[in-house]
Amino acid sequence: MTDSIFSADNLAVTYSSSRGPVTALEGLSATLGQGEFLSVLGPSGCGKSTLLKVVSGLLKPSGGSVTLRGTPITGPRPDVGIVFQQPTLLPWQTTLENVLLPIRTLGLDLEAGRAKALELLKLVGLAKFSSHYPGELSGGMQQRVGIARGLIHDPALLLMDEPFAALDAMTREHMMMELQRIWMAAGKSVMFITHSIPEAVFLSDRIVVLSARPGRTIREFEVDLPRPRTLETMAEKPFAEHCNALRALFTDLVKFD
Amino acid sequence: MNEKLKSVLYPAIAFVVLVTVWEMSIRIFKVPNFILPTPYAVLEALQRGYIEGLFWKHFFFTLQSMTFGYILGCTLAFMLGCLFAESRAVEQTLLPYVVALQSMPKVALAPLIIVWFGFGLESKVVMVALVCFFPMFINTAVGLKQTNPALLDLMHAFSASPWHILTRIKIPSAAGHIFAGLQIAVVLGLIGAVVAEFVSSTKGLGYLISAAAVNLETNTMFAALISLAVLGVAGSLSIRFLHSRIVFWDKGSASQTAATE
Repeated sequence: MTDSIFSADNLAVTYSSSRGPVTALEGLSATLGQGEFLSVLGPSGCGKSTLLKVVSGLLKPSGGSVTLRGTPITGPRPDVGIVFQQPTLLPWQTTLENVLLPIRTLGLDLEAGRAKALELLKLVGLAKFSSHYPGELSGGMQQRVGIARGLIHDPALLLMDEPFAALDAMTREHMMMELQRIWMAAGKSVMFITHSIPEAVFLSDRIVVLSARPGRTIREFEVDLPRPRTLETMAEKPFAEHCNALRALFTDLVKFD
Repeated sequence: MNEKLKSVLYPAIAFVVLVTVWEMSIRIFKVPNFILPTPYAVLEALQRGYIEGLFWKHFFFTLQSMTFGYILGCTLAFMLGCLFAESRAVEQTLLPYVVALQSMPKVALAPLIIVWFGFGLESKVVMVALVCFFPMFINTAVGLKQTNPALLDLMHAFSASPWHILTRIKIPSAAGHIFAGLQIAVVLGLIGAVVAEFVSSTKGLGYLISAAAVNLETNTMFAALISLAVLGVAGSLSIRFLHSRIVFWDKGSASQTAATE
């Protein structure tokens, strides 16, 4: 593994609710190497979305620290790209304009951005749809626009929050392959938040497993399957072994509850 | 028969039936003209008014006070609505007064407005602006606050400025609500214009109705009422047209506003 560009150290997040303080994360630690694909896997309610908010700078941690490229994350940063669970596109703007959104908000060069956007739309397979509106695209296509938007400003870290959770099973498998291809072509460090075991195994170099609320790191898994992984990979024994090992871990977790 | 033809033909049949029943009931029950004029007498009044030209100045006076008041009221309401939704301090300061003013019937202010702004066009414009203000204001403020939180998170994560978020995210998101406000304001504005003319005026369709009432010229009253209906329908249709053109991504919302009238 190359040098780490991101690290979370003993991260804790507590927020107040009407029922008193809620601890969403407690003692979460993880590192991410340059160009690495890391999945954060956990049962629902493990604070995955809280983690995403902290890393994207929308939420301040109550304890511990998160560091990206040597400096702590204290607010939204231009070197982080985000792909949300829902595509969250602007319905009144074309595909191209949606991809350009971070360029506009960050005040970057629009001309260079436009060229980059067209290139990225080609990468995600939507070259012909640059002047379409989101309402004219399928769910999978919308999410690909979301991915292109997350990459447009060349971020050091791409955060993905269960980006395929809202898609149907077939589109989902297709998008997993697509994401692997895009990731291999773009060479980005990715933090991928998910609760799907096969998705995590298929995509990741490494998997960080979180416990149920409050979320904390309980295990780290290396996935050493060769790339590019294909649909056949998913039918092979090593893939199944990885999945089973993770599944066993979750079964144990539930017993402890 | 296709739907478009039906949507023209059915109301036309209803119109013929209505006019026939109207005419027949006057003949059968011998209703005097000063209670209910015949359809022909109304047509005659319209013809006289608009061909000989007596009605035009009234029509344009009402149209003018309506247009100026509408633009003034809706613009102010839009700007204040934005301020209200953006600043918690402004909201806290103004909310009790907004609620108090909103629950007061604005037309009750008409005599006071005549005292302050005179008998001419100004008082009518102010009255229209005042009644247009509230539906537009409330709809803008509510619409802006209902922006999808995921979109706001997205914009914050991409370091967008508050101005950028307001103009490029919140206002387009609220466009459906804002147009619903504009739609309601057309109808209310016309009420405001007519009430102000009732109270004191020497021009306008409202004045025409009250002046004709004194002489029991019911056919002129009907003609003026029809003119007001035409103004209202034309205003509503133009707003709905703009709505479907501007808010093109939300096909459903333009037809929904029709129901809020």
